Amino acid sequence: MYDKSGFAEAASFFVRANAAVMTMLGFVARRLLGAVPTLAVIITLSFMMTRLAPGGPFDEDQALPPAIRANLEAAYGLDQPVTVQFGRYVAGLLHGDFGPSYKFRDFTVTELIASGLPVSLTIGAAAILLALALGIPAGIWAALRQDRIADRFVMSLAVAGISVPVFVIAPFLALVFGIWLRWLPVAGWAPGKLTDLVLPVATLALPVIAYLARLMRGSLLEVMRAPWIRAARARGLPQHRILLRHALPAALLPVVSYLGPAVAAVLTGSLVVETIFGLPGMGRHLVQGALNRDYTLVMGMVIVYAALMIVLNLVADLVYAWLDPRIRREGRT
Amino acid sequence: MSGRGGLWRDALQRLAANRMAMLCLAILLLMTAAAVFGPPLLGFRQDQIDWAHMAVPPLSAQGHWLGTDRLGRDMLVRTLHGLRVSLAIALSATLVSLLIGVSWGATAGYLRGRADAVMMRVVDILYALPQVFFVIILTVLLGRSPATLLAAIGAFGWLTMARIVRGQALALREREFVEAAIVGGAGTARIVARHIVPNLLGPVIVYATLTVPQVILVESFLSFLGIGIQEPLASLGNLIADGAVEMETATWMLAVPAACLVLLVFCFNFLGDGLRDALDPRDH
Repeated sequence: MYDKSGFAEAASFFVRANAAVMTMLGFVARRLLGAVPTLAVIITLSFMMTRLAPGGPFDEDQALPPAIRANLEAAYGLDQPVTVQFGRYVAGLLHGDFGPSYKFRDFTVTELIASGLPVSLTIGAAAILLALALGIPAGIWAALRQDRIADRFVMSLAVAGISVPVFVIAPFLALVFGIWLRWLPVAGWAPGKLTDLVLPVATLALPVIAYLARLMRGSLLEVMRAPWIRAARARGLPQHRILLRHALPAALLPVVSYLGPAVAAVLTGSLVVETIFGLPGMGRHLVQGALNRDYTLVMGMVIVYAALMIVLNLVADLVYAWLDPRIRREGRT
Repeated sequence: MSGRGGLWRDALQRLAANRMAMLCLAILLLMTAAAVFGPPLLGFRQDQIDWAHMAVPPLSAQGHWLGTDRLGRDMLVRTLHGLRVSLAIALSATLVSLLIGVSWGATAGYLRGRADAVMMRVVDILYALPQVFFVIILTVLLGRSPATLLAAIGAFGWLTMARIVRGQALALREREFVEAAIVGGAGTARIVARHIVPNLLGPVIVYATLTVPQVILVESFLSFLGIGIQEPLASLGNLIADGAVEMETATWMLAVPAACLVLLVFCFNFLGDGLRDALDPRDH
């Protein structure tokens, strides 16, 4: 009744699939555990830096009377030894409590993060998706038309896109599309109003599009010279099949490993974009906090940004492992 | 390398044949000369207010070639001053990261073993930190002065350099010409001086050239946000920030410093790429 060999094959398939899932889970667990010390270093370093610095959050132009100052410091726990303050801060963090903001007196840092994070995530995610959707096809197109006009055109645009920083692109786009052409609002943020998003997202995406296009072109050109592509040609496979099945999966690897730095670039760029376009995101809170010397606010924002970068880097690594058969089999980087 | 000087002469010839890189080099030298010697020749101080010519466009008022800003300060003089500040910070921060990075990486690569593992672990941890954010924390803590900016950028800028130098040092130790030198009876000092260092120099020069525009961008980024160089001192970043406020009525206030910054960064990047191609001809 049983086809024995088939059963064995099925069983070994399940065992293998299961093993693949297990190595993948192991990979995720290892990487998550690896992120813990990094995050701990970030928290400790930023805490120590803020406490060792000369001057405190209540140093203002007008010196406060000593009694009021002492009361304020007691209220915020600043009269305690540094180790106690650190213990309290970490205990708070574990409950999602980033402490009070010293300058926005009516808000806790957690509230400011909660209000800013969705805005920053929206424009950041939109920018990354837009960059992937435009940068990768542009790079492929340039590679397939190597040294022809289309290639030259795409690559000159890419060099320009890489050399022009976000804080020049942003006012420039606002000037052209907001002020001269009057197509889009120059600044503002109303929930659900998509036109407000166009300029900030485009600004954030442009450098990433440029970089992705260059990377994709170079990587595809290199892969197309590989022996296995020549073998596929020799077997007489059609061009589109060679491209889609053989070349692209391999050529995408450098693009995926660029995703981590791309996320960092978009998060850093969002400081400028949120400031210029008046978006109530985390970046603007961070810049305001830095200008006001609002230590808890700056620390909280930096910790959230760092955590975001770590998590998104992990996602990029997973995609990489999923695409690269060498890593998929071994389950390690 | 003395004697025939093959590597460096070949590299120079290849660089000289790269017209775009030579053009960029010429532009950079010109911009540097203009930033250093230009301002005194133009007849305006960077904070001098010309009450008769406020916010005039380029070429429309006597002596103000690129116009003036809202306070009647000459745009050309202010941009050259900003260029001077940006270049000074970029070059010194690159030098700082060069010194730390090369000595850290060379030591780790030379010692190998446990010392190497510990030293590179430190680099790995610092690498994982969101660097611009820590530079922001440092500028918040230490006050917003050019010196702070320099220290903060230099403190994080050396990591990649350390990695490159360490990798090169590790690889070079194993190369045949080093073995040949050992067989030939050369001592450690001679091997390091004649074989390791000259081969390290190429990647170090290339990466240093590519670090300069990075530093310029970080500095202008912070100055743009108001966390870097402060008024009345001009930097390309805070000039662009001022220009962005006025762009609706006075486009040149944005265009002049922005064009200057983009040209600067573009030329450094292109020169760095050209140097890499010249020193490492394997790709061709």
